[in-house]
Amino acid sequence: MNAFDTLLANGLAVAEHRPWPRAIVDEDAWRSATAALREGVLSLLGLWGEHDAVHMAVYDTQTRGAAVLTLPCPNGAFPSVALSHPPAIRLERTIADLFGFVPLDAPDSRPWLDHGRWDVRHPLGATSPETTHAPYAFLANEGEALHQIPVGPVHAGIIEPGHFRFTANGETVVRLEERLGYVHKGIEGLMCGADIARGAKLAGRTSGDSTVAYTIAFARAVEAATQSEAPARAHYLRALMAEIERLANHLGDVGAICNDASFAIMHAHCSVLRERVLRAADLCFGHRLMRDCVVPGGVTVDLDATGANALRELIKDVRHQFPQLVSLYDQTASLQDRTVTTGTLKPELARQFGAGGYVGRASGRDFDARRAFAYPPYDVLTFDVPVLQEGDVNARVWIRIREIEQSLSLIEQILATLPSGSTQTDIPLRAGEGVALVEAFRGDVLVWLRLDESGRIARCHLRDASWFQWPLLEGVIEGNIVADFPLCNKSFNCSYSGHDL
Amino acid sequence: MRRLILQGLTRKPLTEARPAADDPELLALSARLDAAAKKRLGRSLSIREVDAGSCNGCELEIHALQNAFYDLERFGLRFVASPRHADVLFVTGPVTKNMREALERTYTATPSPKWVVAVGDCALDGGMFAGSYAVVGGVSAVVPVDLHIKGCPPKPIALLKGLLALMENPIAK
Repeated sequence: MNAFDTLLANGLAVAEHRPWPRAIVDEDAWRSATAALREGVLSLLGLWGEHDAVHMAVYDTQTRGAAVLTLPCPNGAFPSVALSHPPAIRLERTIADLFGFVPLDAPDSRPWLDHGRWDVRHPLGATSPETTHAPYAFLANEGEALHQIPVGPVHAGIIEPGHFRFTANGETVVRLEERLGYVHKGIEGLMCGADIARGAKLAGRTSGDSTVAYTIAFARAVEAATQSEAPARAHYLRALMAEIERLANHLGDVGAICNDASFAIMHAHCSVLRERVLRAADLCFGHRLMRDCVVPGGVTVDLDATGANALRELIKDVRHQFPQLVSLYDQTASLQDRTVTTGTLKPELARQFGAGGYVGRASGRDFDARRAFAYPPYDVLTFDVPVLQEGDVNARVWIRIREIEQSLSLIEQILATLPSGSTQTDIPLRAGEGVALVEAFRGDVLVWLRLDESGRIARCHLRDASWFQWPLLEGVIEGNIVADFPLCNKSFNCSYSGHDL
Repeated sequence: MRRLILQGLTRKPLTEARPAADDPELLALSARLDAAAKKRLGRSLSIREVDAGSCNGCELEIHALQNAFYDLERFGLRFVASPRHADVLFVTGPVTKNMREALERTYTATPSPKWVVAVGDCALDGGMFAGSYAVVGGVSAVVPVDLHIKGCPPKPIALLKGLLALMENPIAK
């Protein structure tokens, strides 16, 4: 019996939770889980609150199993996970902000999403009116010749808002501290009491660039909770849209990273390819970003012969154009000079933080939710998960390049094997709990939810891959020059909205 | 690189024709702006984009305006890095309470005359996020709005029409 089974065996199993087991545990088991996280036996998938408890989702890298542990919090406190496992710090600060629970002995007790502007404290827990809020205390930096550069929340480009506090010694960054939460819209608050249809729309508006992945994750969680199954054709169409989304975002990113090294020609050409992908999506599914196309029970769209042909043309086009751009990237020494050995993420940190997507895979973390959980149709499709060890900006570019090739192949396979039949099934209105992990373009998205007897959402938690990537960006920029920050930042391309919720 | 540049010289441009002068969407948007505003704005505009709480969907499509198909700059329209250089603020998202002050300060930092375009369904009234404890509402709840472009997110062509409507006499061109 491994550590994972022991944890579950000592807890009280919750029967209505699917597909992973959920167990209500005591503080001792909670502490053992925390120790297993620290030792790297388990990897943290999520940590979130509810009105009377805290939940922790963990993944066992050896057995590829996952589970949810629940610790009741009758006294409004729980043993800090972050105390021995730093990736949990911001998640615990968020639980404290939203629910008012105190993580005991937590290393950082500052607020995170709560900027003191909501007029209410602990909006999802025992609420109380906003009282005077102390100014946010950034971490201290002491030393001669250090200066600070505050950036944001309104940035110079067309990007999302967030604040970066750089402390630099000349050109070299000594410390970067992020402050996020500016686009906190209260999505999890809006989810409470919403019906499934509204929940799906909210999930699809959590992070605009990953709308397909979020709606798939939400739909799969609902389907698990209600023990329903989407038709086979719907699974294939979901994967088709997910790969189109990945293709569009990766193409955009490769161009944008090069643009941040002032190499505009790559950006111009990649933008053209991205636009072609979005136009094909619009033609096939009636929306460029494929928003609201995936719903619990299936998909609202179908693919006709015209759409399938357009996608085949698109694949031909990208396969013709993209290799030229890859060789341009690979053969331009001045560009490589900016990306190679810049912003290096050590494999040890990527593993500790359970960094998903290209951030983890460029630093040796061989994890992809499509393979680890093999949700349909990825269980029958053939694809490689590229992994590199270098962990620099260049490696994150190459992971994207390889994944673009894989997505093209997956789209081809889906078009060749798309089953016929219906695209949607009815979701029964019933109580249940469901969880799903889905691979978005930037990493794994976790959705956990509980439905009440009327089939409405009692609680829904959405965890973007960015939660475990943003803190690492602070780490990789250290010792790099200030001018390389945009390059490092773009190579991570973390979501603000997906993180801020 | 040489090959790509040569291809660029020999092939037809990807850039598409501007929307027709009698495009109903363009006319409708144009009609909503008062003539004085258009006269003062003239033919060239500097635009500062502000995400006040968006899901990032609108930003993706605003970005697309700069690709070769839409080529925004041919119209004398360009995005600038500072509100102090801007004529127009392009504001997306429901305005979150955490972004309210930043939006107000960006508006104050923009020199007059200035115009505000609210972009996307959330920017009109908060969209799906209206009523949340963390959301103020639409953009007009915080700063005066001159034009609203609807969509979730608006397609680049709709954004382009909105911007052309801001310019002097879009129909004559």
